[in-house]
Amino acid sequence: MSRIKTVFGELKGQGKKALIPYITAGDPHPEQTVPLMHAMVDAGADMIELGVPFSDPMADGPVIQRASERALVHKMGLRKVLAMVTQFRETDQTTPIILMGYANPIEAMGTAAFVQAAKAAGVDGVLTVDYPPEECEKFNQQLTAAAMDSIFLLSPTTEPARTDLIIQQATGFLYYVSLKGVTGAANLDIVEVSKRVAEIRARTDLPVGVGFGVKDAATAKAVAAIADAVVVGSRMVLTIEQSAADTLLPNIQALITELRVAIDAA
Amino acid sequence: MQLYDMPDQRGHFGPFGGIFVAETLVEALEELRLMYEKYRHDPDFLAEFAYDLKHFVGRPSPIYHAKRLSDKIGGAQIYLKREDLNHTGAHKVNNTIGQALLAKRMGKPRVIAETGAGQHGVATATIAARLGLECVVYMGAEDVKRQAPNVFRMKLLGATVVPVESGSKTLKDALNEAMRDWVTNISDTFYIIGTVAGPHPYPMMVRDFQAVIGVEAKRQMQEMLGRQPDAVIACVGGGSNAMGIFYPYIDVPNVRLIGVEAAGHGIETGLHAAPLTANSPIGVLHGNRTYLMQDEDGNIIETHSVSAGLDYPGVGPEHAWLKDIHRAEYVAITDDEAMQAFHNLCRTEGIIPALESSHALAYAEKMAKSMSPDQVILVNLSGRGDKDINTVAKLANITL
Repeated sequence: MSRIKTVFGELKGQGKKALIPYITAGDPHPEQTVPLMHAMVDAGADMIELGVPFSDPMADGPVIQRASERALVHKMGLRKVLAMVTQFRETDQTTPIILMGYANPIEAMGTAAFVQAAKAAGVDGVLTVDYPPEECEKFNQQLTAAAMDSIFLLSPTTEPARTDLIIQQATGFLYYVSLKGVTGAANLDIVEVSKRVAEIRARTDLPVGVGFGVKDAATAKAVAAIADAVVVGSRMVLTIEQSAADTLLPNIQALITELRVAIDAA
Repeated sequence: MQLYDMPDQRGHFGPFGGIFVAETLVEALEELRLMYEKYRHDPDFLAEFAYDLKHFVGRPSPIYHAKRLSDKIGGAQIYLKREDLNHTGAHKVNNTIGQALLAKRMGKPRVIAETGAGQHGVATATIAARLGLECVVYMGAEDVKRQAPNVFRMKLLGATVVPVESGSKTLKDALNEAMRDWVTNISDTFYIIGTVAGPHPYPMMVRDFQAVIGVEAKRQMQEMLGRQPDAVIACVGGGSNAMGIFYPYIDVPNVRLIGVEAAGHGIETGLHAAPLTANSPIGVLHGNRTYLMQDEDGNIIETHSVSAGLDYPGVGPEHAWLKDIHRAEYVAITDDEAMQAFHNLCRTEGIIPALESSHALAYAEKMAKSMSPDQVILVNLSGRGDKDINTVAKLANITL
């Protein structure tokens, strides 16, 4: 069983929801990424979404784009991201890691080579933002053959027939984008999100995560009440951006703790 | 009958093209695809488009025999398709009118665009003013500085120009930012892409709107010479003017189609914008798969060309396909060669060409020399060079 499925199963048994923080690998500095990952787990993160830096992150807002730019200053490429996962796995064999990124770095490496290397490193799931299901059938088969999960986005504008198509291809969990826009955009409308998540649930048994607009403890709590997982991205990255080197880990841990408490209170 | 029938339903030209976007954009593209399918053969829509091309743009653009230039070079006769004579000074307006009319039919009151040198931005602002649409143009902060007259032109036309500070602050970043605007404001906004790139249906739609260039050229060449040219030459950045003149010729045998990329300081220096000529790897950017200038990690690398309109790391997917099936040939011209051709046309014909088009002219001159005087080269003179006089003056160390 995949680590992602195991963790969702355990949380369900405890009546809890998953907290999935996102950070961009190599931000603010490559040496800080693995310590940040461990710190997030220690403070209560259930899984980690690790962003692969890309020069042209079209679906991301300015906060996450700046994180990519900081990482790229250090020539942070996909192979180095996988090396970080390998290093993380030396002391943590249970926390699922989901790579989030764009198609081009994967295609530049070659999909088969990437899948093999990601599996060896200990990656559990892959979310490729600009690979809609129609364009990545072969890649999906490669991931499935390697027992890694294919995470797909669903958006407020995704029609029901298309939702079904995506559900057929998805494993691990579904990621509902809570607003029309890029990562870190305006406030989410919890009533609307709730309605959409219910519609998705009626069509699948896969867990449903919600992200793109979770900004603070209050939104995290509201989302936890209706979804199986809360994904927090821009807020994490903003905290990294605003922290000095010596306050980085404590600030991130404080944020995770705050979100954890809010989610568990939902 | 047109035998060539590309792309497929999802915008694939063989392995190229497609729809590589985040799920948040999928429905918007599907809506656009369906609306374009509905209107692309609709007589009322086509009549409205043809009316504006004639009365607002001034089409058909003439074909002109550059006799003195041909004599000076020696060899084949060089003919110019005069897109520089269009309203707004380039071929870009053909496409912006088509897309803006579609936006109007779709009930979208707001249009957005990306622009590099500002030509597509000006063409979009122009038609937005004509149709009473709100217009926002994204432009790299570097380009805003370099192209101040076009920025002011857009503002005069009532558009809002947003400088983009992210990434390399050039065309590709403006495109990223326009996509972000679109995904956020999908319900009331139409995104007018300026070249034959982006996700399906854009490469096909922009090609169709620009194909008026080639359709006219075929008729005009027949009328003028009773025959078609031996070669058609056009510059290629994203590749919209080239696709526009090539497309109606794809099925015509014995007409060579030659796309000219920007070799910048030279292909061997790495400072260029010629992914096809330099054999760049295949990749995914801006919603489609194509040849792409990138590093070994798959990050897009910065390009160089004296001509802002050719300064793009990718190329329209249909050009990638035409290269692979050997229907079109792709070559590159350096900054210096383009500048020489720019001055040649100014002095021999009294026409100031755009620096983009000067790349096509430079290759035509090279090629003409090895051809006989009864052979014919048709160059797409995609734009006029008034916008480039500051760049040209600066290269000659002249302060205007």
